[in-house]
Amino acid sequence: MSKPEAAHDPRPAAVDGTGGSRAAAALQRLVGAAPCQGREYWRTLEELADSAAFRELVEREFPAQASEWADPVARREFLVLMGASLALAGFGGCSPAPAPPQKIVPYVRPPEQGVPGKPLFFATAMTLGGVASGILVESHTGRPTKIEGNPDHPASLGATDRFAQASVLGLYDPDRSQSVVYRGRVRSWGDAVVALRGALADQRGKRGAGLRVVTETVTSPTLARQIGALLDAYPEAKWHQYEPVGRAMARRGALLAFDRDVHAVYRMENAERILSLGADFLDCGPGQLRYAREFADRRRVSSAADSAAHAMNRLYVVESAPTGTGAKADHRLPLRAGAIRGFAQALAEQLGVSVAAGAAVPEHAARWLGPLARDLEEHRGRCLVIPGRAQPAVVHALAHAMNQTLGGVGATVYYTRPVPERAVDEIESLRELVADMDQGRVELLLILGGNPAFSAPADFEFAARLGRVPLRVHLGLYVDETARLCDWHIPETHYLEAWSDARAYDGTATIQQPLIAPLYGGKSVHELLAALGDSPERPGDELVRGTWRGSWADGPGSALPESEFEAFWKKSLHDGVVAGTAFPPLEVTLRGAALAAELARDPAAAPPADSLEIVFEPDATVYDGRFANNGWLQELPKPITKLTWDNAALMSPATAAELGVGYEPGSIGSVAWSDVIELEYGGRSLRAPVWVVPGHADGSITLHLGYGRSAAGHVGTGAGFNAYAIRSSEQPWFESGLSVRKTGERYPLACTQLHHLMHGRDLVRSATMAEYTAGSAAPGRARAEQPLETPSLYPAYEYPRYRWGMAIDLTSCTGCSACIVACQAENNIPIVGKDQVSRGREMHWLRVDSYYAGAPDNPEIYFQPVPCMHCENAPCELVCPVAATVHSDEGLNDMIYNRCVGTRYCSNNCPYKVRRFNFLQYADYKTPSLKLLYNPDVSVRSRGVMEKCTYCVQRINDARMRAEKDNRAKVERDGTWLPPIYDGEVLTACQAACPTQAIVFGDMNDPASAVARMKSQPLNYGLLAELNTRPRTTYLAALRNPNPEIERL
Amino acid sequence: MPVRPPLWGLLAEFETPAAVLHAARCAHAQGYRRLDAYSPFPIEELSEALGLHSTHVPLVVLLGGIVGCVGGFFMQYYAAVIGYPMNVGGKPYNSWPAFIPITFELTVLIAALSGVLGMFALNGLPMPYHPVFHAPRFALATRDRFFLSIEATDPRFDLEQTREFLMKLNPREVVEVPH
Amino acid sequence: MAQETPQTKMHGAAGRTPPDTPPVITPGYTFGSMTDKVSSIVLTRPTSARWYIGFAIASSLFLVLAVSIGYLLAVGVGIWGVNIPVAWGFAITNFVWWIGIGHAGTLISAILLLLHQEWRTSINRFAEAMTIFAVACAGLFPLLHLGRPWFFFYLLPYPNTMGLWPQFRSPLVWDVFAVFTYLTVSLLFWYAGMIPDLATLRDRSQRRAGRVVYGILAMGWRGSARHWRRYEMAYLLLAGLATPLVVSVHTVVSFDFAVAQLPGWHSTIFPPYFVAGAIFSGFAMVLTLAIPLRALYGLEDFITTRHLQNMGKIMLTTGFMVSYGYMIEAFMAWYSDNRFEQYVQLNRALGPYWPMYWSLIACNVLAPQLLWFKRMRTSALALFIVAILVNVGMWLERYVIVVTSLHRDFLPSSWGMYSGTIWDWATFIGSIGMFVMLFLLFIRFLPMIAIFEMRSLLPQAELGTEPRGEAKPCP
Repeated sequence: MSKPEAAHDPRPAAVDGTGGSRAAAALQRLVGAAPCQGREYWRTLEELADSAAFRELVEREFPAQASEWADPVARREFLVLMGASLALAGFGGCSPAPAPPQKIVPYVRPPEQGVPGKPLFFATAMTLGGVASGILVESHTGRPTKIEGNPDHPASLGATDRFAQASVLGLYDPDRSQSVVYRGRVRSWGDAVVALRGALADQRGKRGAGLRVVTETVTSPTLARQIGALLDAYPEAKWHQYEPVGRAMARRGALLAFDRDVHAVYRMENAERILSLGADFLDCGPGQLRYAREFADRRRVSSAADSAAHAMNRLYVVESAPTGTGAKADHRLPLRAGAIRGFAQALAEQLGVSVAAGAAVPEHAARWLGPLARDLEEHRGRCLVIPGRAQPAVVHALAHAMNQTLGGVGATVYYTRPVPERAVDEIESLRELVADMDQGRVELLLILGGNPAFSAPADFEFAARLGRVPLRVHLGLYVDETARLCDWHIPETHYLEAWSDARAYDGTATIQQPLIAPLYGGKSVHELLAALGDSPERPGDELVRGTWRGSWADGPGSALPESEFEAFWKKSLHDGVVAGTAFPPLEVTLRGAALAAELARDPAAAPPADSLEIVFEPDATVYDGRFANNGWLQELPKPITKLTWDNAALMSPATAAELGVGYEPGSIGSVAWSDVIELEYGGRSLRAPVWVVPGHADGSITLHLGYGRSAAGHVGTGAGFNAYAIRSSEQPWFESGLSVRKTGERYPLACTQLHHLMHGRDLVRSATMAEYTAGSAAPGRARAEQPLETPSLYPAYEYPRYRWGMAIDLTSCTGCSACIVACQAENNIPIVGKDQVSRGREMHWLRVDSYYAGAPDNPEIYFQPVPCMHCENAPCELVCPVAATVHSDEGLNDMIYNRCVGTRYCSNNCPYKVRRFNFLQYADYKTPSLKLLYNPDVSVRSRGVMEKCTYCVQRINDARMRAEKDNRAKVERDGTWLPPIYDGEVLTACQAACPTQAIVFGDMNDPASAVARMKSQPLNYGLLAELNTRPRTTYLAALRNPNPEIERL
Repeated sequence: MPVRPPLWGLLAEFETPAAVLHAARCAHAQGYRRLDAYSPFPIEELSEALGLHSTHVPLVVLLGGIVGCVGGFFMQYYAAVIGYPMNVGGKPYNSWPAFIPITFELTVLIAALSGVLGMFALNGLPMPYHPVFHAPRFALATRDRFFLSIEATDPRFDLEQTREFLMKLNPREVVEVPH
Repeated sequence: MAQETPQTKMHGAAGRTPPDTPPVITPGYTFGSMTDKVSSIVLTRPTSARWYIGFAIASSLFLVLAVSIGYLLAVGVGIWGVNIPVAWGFAITNFVWWIGIGHAGTLISAILLLLHQEWRTSINRFAEAMTIFAVACAGLFPLLHLGRPWFFFYLLPYPNTMGLWPQFRSPLVWDVFAVFTYLTVSLLFWYAGMIPDLATLRDRSQRRAGRVVYGILAMGWRGSARHWRRYEMAYLLLAGLATPLVVSVHTVVSFDFAVAQLPGWHSTIFPPYFVAGAIFSGFAMVLTLAIPLRALYGLEDFITTRHLQNMGKIMLTTGFMVSYGYMIEAFMAWYSDNRFEQYVQLNRALGPYWPMYWSLIACNVLAPQLLWFKRMRTSALALFIVAILVNVGMWLERYVIVVTSLHRDFLPSSWGMYSGTIWDWATFIGSIGMFVMLFLLFIRFLPMIAIFEMRSLLPQAELGTEPRGEAKPCP
């Protein structure tokens, strides 16, 4: 079992010499090992503690920082300073060698074949709220630099979400905690283990009566096994799971409907009619990538003829705040979250589900019921009703009932056991813990990940009650709000640093393998539990292997003999999927009577018209707050509002008018000065700036969770306001009874797009299926003011070899913005901070514009990703005085950074305004840890230089070299013979990330290529083509498939 | 008696432009050729009276202009077509209409430079030393006085006769100017 | 010419001017008195306290410029208000404004010379100086607004190992050549025109230092008839060359905008209307300088109401050309039926920048209308006020053209706002300081009026009335 390479490993971090499993001996060795390692820590950290910069960071309260941030220059100084000092300390603390001590298996070929300069790809998985989605991690000489989707993984199919894309920045975050801390003093890992084992020893006598373990949602078999073992050893101990954005309502709904907790898995590919009851299933929640892909596949039509055969699906969305899903809806009904239940009940009644009649439905919604019900009935067995995470149990139950009635079960939806290893009602679970803490029953609290002190509902007063626990231990990535209230803090490994395993939305398990040794000497939760258990020194991979080897997880590995297991293990690591671990469908029976009874017990009353409703939603970029210190996500414009670095109180124009609040653009850049309101709810109050969102339900105000962190790090601390402060455990998602007071203060919000109307300009083109199939409108060309190519006085250039081009399907784009983060990661794009964004200086090479059409109370919402158009007649090139931007012979519009002197004339002359300028030194040259993050294939731009989308030219060149090396049979291209680059071989970063495959890139010279075929569609059109720029990036007009009956209303 | 320095010529001073003009005409009529007149402002008739007609300045300017024009266009043509041809915004290498402004500017620049420098050269300027400055009152030539000089090297020059001749033109005074 | 009387000759323009027109030079001056009066400003008269105060203020503003530039180079153009979409702001506005101001100098010295407008004589010298200093200020801004100013030489055609050349299709390269040519030719014109006066100063100077310095500068000029002949010829040709040049320079500057396809920039009216605007602002600046100058140095005899009137008339005329430009822009937007153009025009008048637009209309279109009245044209104060207004108006015009066109162009998604930061203002005001400082140095150390040309305007300069050819008989 002992690993020679590990034994020879000189690195201090590799304290993994495996041996006998006797606790005492192991403890001996471990404590013995600690000093040498400890000395490492002590030295660097004392230097660290002495560095004025560090003390400054620790002492800084937000207001002081805010003033610093107001000045672009000082702020950058600050970042650099902090970053440098912290990361240096981190490096002192951890092993400098990037390769993890254990053996990991690369995706493409084994590492010993790795060629320097050639990246390797490793399969692993990232979890969000416990649920995994498969990824491939690009590793340059041992440095993870980029996340791609894992095509073999059911929840990814090759796509990624914005969180996965940004997680690689989180890995190198210099703010991550870098040492074991006991009450503010630095300690060694050894000290921690000794102390904790001592505390546990005390518990043994009480059979663990005073021991509590808190985790986030756990889908990891290994972790479940370890905690199980702990609970066996301490029978009276309790394990609580808390997830601020959890599945409590779904669980309650399932219990109500089926009397057992089940998890619904949808089969979008079979759904021709979809009704979302407040569910943002395309953008949020388990399986969203898979769902988005299947949804888009049923929506794409290649030609009018084809569309007749291929029935385009139709989406109805009933929701309060507009979401990406709502934007894609063919019919979107803005409804207060509280009114959705009544709507669902009335609809169920129409569909013949036995429910109490006469549910209150607002008039404008009532008109929907008939047509909607008919449409669903007509598609019996091919339709799907999806309840929103936030909706109460009854709505979930009603959805289950409707799916049953409509014959969806088995066809468009099936049920499995819950994905979490031991599913609980996370809110009740935490309530129980809080009660115990209150009554002093908790003596030793292990908080393994998560940040409950920040994210627990306000009425739990978790932070206050935590004080009643004698010994509090926190394992986490950051010294966050919770860590600061704990006695012990142990730095946790990032998921790219540790061995673990996790399950996807359909139960498919993935073994997470580390890409790099812990940068800051963190410990994984598995290692910690092992150290507290009976076998303290087993490394992560041993633990995970143990799970799959052992019979514990009834996984496929358990039965295998040792020899075959090794093959199984390698394959599982290689594929990023443990074959055959998806949950089987369960047979469930609907308890109609129970549901009816429940509905009768608590009838759907019309929400009080006079009182406002408050709605809590996870944030589009920082989620529940865990990503608050991730600059890429902070600066990512939120899909609908385009806000960055802040959250706001979202409301409809009508509601804003009623309250007499709003915002107005400032005098510089795209800053908006917004009225600050005071929200009064449940006896708690909160101040927040206002943001007006067309299409938001009237009388309802939406707050996004996760902002207002007080200990996130220098990026996230103090950004936005904390919605948890008024969130209650009784109604964690929404409730009426909010009162709002105008404060008269104003607050600047950095918004990247303040104008959402097209002013009659032909920017986003759209049509209904009816028009399209009738041939009355070929929405692309026909509505273009001019054809793509207008005659020119000059002879056109020939591009005989390759003509790279891109087509973007506006029908498919859900505006999720994963492409933006992917582009940022791939191309070393810097973040600039709130101040610079509000000055109109964000650096994203790719942006997603959103436009509204129609009435402001419920407009159609269109998304339009805008990269560089790579115009063949590029206006930017013509005006550059130094030829710093010119055309390549393959038609790329290249930027030559070294040549650029920064006149910015090109940007002025670019009709699409896709060029970005380094007004200050934005790229971080100094922070050591961030240096590891850079993609070595893309140069980092300095101050004073223009930059823009390159069509990922580095990937094109990589493919070109591959074609040469593989010496492929040369093909003749207009007289020249060259090894072909196959279609689909070059994926741009945005294309690779896109969940709906809306972005297609390739060689327009090859008529068979995907991009050529897309461009040949009648839907294809060029943005501002009338300027004769001849854009290489073109768009496919957005198609909608509205219900004529509802149209007529 | 002291040795007199070699004589450069005679210098007659006049009060009015008309007087010096008359004097110049007569001197020229007399056959004097190594003549020159000095005035605080340009007097066209004066140079005619001295028998000066053509000047080469216009020719120099013309040549300068041609050089600037041809050179200017070729510089751009070379850069864009021969030296480093690039596809810029889909425009042809030889985008001659775009080259016109610079061609024009260089034409003017070179022409102007050659005009002024040519004028200096032909006038033999800068000239740090000239004998005529020995004349004590010559400083007034840049204020309000007018002078006529006849150089000793003139074939018809004879100190006595020439002074006599000049005195007849009723100057304010006539002085000998040494080298 | 033969029958010409001193009176008419003195009025220039061959007596066409009505008899009540005030003279170019108040009668009664002789070569000597006129020469002494002008040269005394430089040589003998003690430097006035006013000059020192003015110089102190100007040079401290110049220090502000120095500091702003230092900070700019240290930190980057990010200290300014520029952003995406408005990537050009104050810098380009100031550049165009200063260049425009420069034009009056060349116009006065070259075009009016060719048109035999003798009245130009007393003002052309300092107008040319103004040109040079204005162009120097203008030249600063394109350099400073670069993201990496230390690589400005990439814009120059010089042989290099990369075999790279400037991209000659870009109007910015045209700018480089136009501005450099303009500066060079203006300097030549100015210096060449000054040589005879430098000789005068050399000969009048009481102090050795003066004699040496002016002597070197005068290059040994001795007023020989031969020299005068070539000199006159060269000066005339230079004027002939400078005339198309002055027109071309602002045309090229206008190409910076007209060549771009941005709505509000992409317009064929720009070249003529920029040139007119340049002359407009140029004369405004000449008046702004001349009116205080003549008061301070008692030069009313040389810079008479005649000059003020004529400049007033020119401002009125060019003001109309500019107004026509504004009108045509709006008309073409409507006539072209181009929705982008139309939006830009409406946005200028009614959008967030409406105050700027309407105040520029007030300054450039309405204010000059006062000059219809002779009382206004002859009142130094009124002219001064109008001139100041026009200076402001022309700066606003450039600001509106640059900013309003950029801030809302084709895609509403990328619309944004712009406003100058404190550093924008510091740099702009600093450049004014530099201009005034240079100008004060000029009037202190160099003859601000072309003495020798003035001499030829005096009645004594006449060759008498006897018919040419048969002068009185030679002895």
